[in-house]
Amino acid sequence: MPDQLLFAMEVTLNGLMAGVMYSLVALGFVLIFKASGIFNYAQGVLALFAALTLVGFQDGQVPFAHLINAVFKTNLSTFGWHLPAIVAILLTAAVMVLLAIIIEKFVLKHLVNQPPIILFMATIGMAYFLEGLGDIMWGADIKKLDVGLPQGISETVESVTDSIFGYGFFIDNLDIVATVVAALLVLSLTLFSQYTKYGRALRAVADDHQAALSVGISLRFIWVLVWSIAGIVALVAGIMWGTKSGVQFSLSLIALKALPVLMLGGFTSIPGAIVGGLIIGVGEKLFEFTIGPMIGGATENWFAYVLALVFLVFRPQGLFGEKIIERV
Amino acid sequence: MFYREAGDFKTTYVEDSQTFPIKLDRWRYYAVLAIAFGVIPFLINDYWANAVFVPFLIYSIAAIGLNILVGYCGQVSLGTGGFMAVGAYACYKLMTAFPEVSILIHVLLAGGITAGVGLLFGLPSLRIKGFYLAVATLAAQFFLVWLFNKVPWFYNYSASGQISAPERTVLGHFVTGANTTASAKYLFCLVILVGLAWLARNLTRGTAGRKWMAIRDMDIAAEIIGVNPLTTKLSAFAISSFYIGVAGALFFSVYLGAVEVGEAFGIQKSFLILFMVIIGGLGSIFGSFAGAAFLVLLPVFLKNVLVGQFGWATDLAAHIELMIVGALIVIFLIAEPHGIAQLWKLAKEKLRLWPFPH
Repeated sequence: MPDQLLFAMEVTLNGLMAGVMYSLVALGFVLIFKASGIFNYAQGVLALFAALTLVGFQDGQVPFAHLINAVFKTNLSTFGWHLPAIVAILLTAAVMVLLAIIIEKFVLKHLVNQPPIILFMATIGMAYFLEGLGDIMWGADIKKLDVGLPQGISETVESVTDSIFGYGFFIDNLDIVATVVAALLVLSLTLFSQYTKYGRALRAVADDHQAALSVGISLRFIWVLVWSIAGIVALVAGIMWGTKSGVQFSLSLIALKALPVLMLGGFTSIPGAIVGGLIIGVGEKLFEFTIGPMIGGATENWFAYVLALVFLVFRPQGLFGEKIIERV
Repeated sequence: MFYREAGDFKTTYVEDSQTFPIKLDRWRYYAVLAIAFGVIPFLINDYWANAVFVPFLIYSIAAIGLNILVGYCGQVSLGTGGFMAVGAYACYKLMTAFPEVSILIHVLLAGGITAGVGLLFGLPSLRIKGFYLAVATLAAQFFLVWLFNKVPWFYNYSASGQISAPERTVLGHFVTGANTTASAKYLFCLVILVGLAWLARNLTRGTAGRKWMAIRDMDIAAEIIGVNPLTTKLSAFAISSFYIGVAGALFFSVYLGAVEVGEAFGIQKSFLILFMVIIGGLGSIFGSFAGAAFLVLLPVFLKNVLVGQFGWATDLAAHIELMIVGALIVIFLIAEPHGIAQLWKLAKEKLRLWPFPH
């Protein structure tokens, strides 16, 4: 095979892997949107907050150390312990559940029946608040996240492809792990929503709030549940992205990258989030590879949005979304 | 007690439909204008101009523009930063290409060019709505910023990739460049703001504004009663972008002087102006001023208190500011979705009756 084609294949594969990472964030969006009709802009910041908290627990940082030091003129920094990764992850998951309860109690409860755009703006406000809170709790410096996931170039893939094509593909180990994790996540979410009591309640709420209320499903409990799940999905995304590029502010911007994924896949479809992610991932990598050099590069910043924009003009509900029906 | 309307008779329709029908309101408005034009320019110094007044005036223009689109026409846009960048770069290209033309004309032309770009990115609004549209406008934000970063023609092939405003004068006074005085900057922005605010106020209470509001409240119903969604939505996009473009041009040429596009006109700017509109009050010109004043003053205030008073680190103050802004957005949306403008209106109602509420 010609080198150019092989190279394009490698780019495509890497695009698929990058797409999986986008899908991980997009999943959280879809969950919340389906269950409550809220377009949760704060999903990316949730991922950042989860990753910051995880690193904080692992390194035994004192929460709010910076603030306490400033107020009481002390000099705190760490408790001086190192928690094993699994304990820290469980603790962080607990924090995310707590956060879901707080969000429901102080924000969502008061915004029932508001138009979707007001709720959207409220989540932007929450995103700012959480970003500030995360920085104050754990400090704003770039942190390294290491929970023992494999990193670096996968030598197996390289040697296998080398023996087949005579050209070794460079695939990041972490991307392979992310793909497996995403697959597991989607599988377990599907099983949860199809075969458990709460999963069914969740789907009922997604279908019709009022009908669900009338058969005795607690809307508030379902919201806490769904925000907790979204928080844990954010934690998974935070671990993957944090391991890949360090825990820093730019992590919250992946939320913005997940938006075109959702628009492509449809806001209400979990498979849509995956397929949309893959299309965006492959599309932007191939575009950068083929057209990018001609127009100055760094097209990854906007390609996804423009693709989604063009796509929406033709199919406003996305690939797998429910058809939008409007009545006066 | 205040706002006594007894004896304030209207004998013509023109009097009845004026912007400030209550006498006290009208006189206060004249007083504010008189202070803004007659007192502040003589007292202003560089710190006050750069930290408070000039950003307030420029953000007010941008907030009015965004309020026309979001508050009056109901089309949420997250591309404000990108459109401000269009205004800034258009102004820069015009300033360097036609140095003999007055900067006032350049600023307005820059607004016109931005209106054209806004029109283009407004086209999808005919097909998609709500937050789908909000996300689609992100395409404008990222694409425009990338464009101004990557195409050297826009920044005249300068080595740094920055654009910097050449010196220009209005009526013999420098308004851009290093030799400007605080009062010249202030007055230049103030004149443009007052003109544009007057225009916006009159647009929004005329046919155009009523059509926008009909589309905002329910677009299908509006279409049925004969409002053309194409021209209405696109005119909202164009006029809103005009205001935002003018704000961008002033932000670059008068306020900052030199601009790096990603830094000055990034996504954060889009959110900042959206917050001004939400906190100030959706669908209110006064709200645009209130929101801009609030979000310009809040960081200055917090910085003075936290850093100046308590001696905390600046980054800590910045994080607390983020939290406060975020919390305020949520609180405003819960308690008063119509923002400061609505609070002001309620206060006015109370004052009409005070101190005898029955």
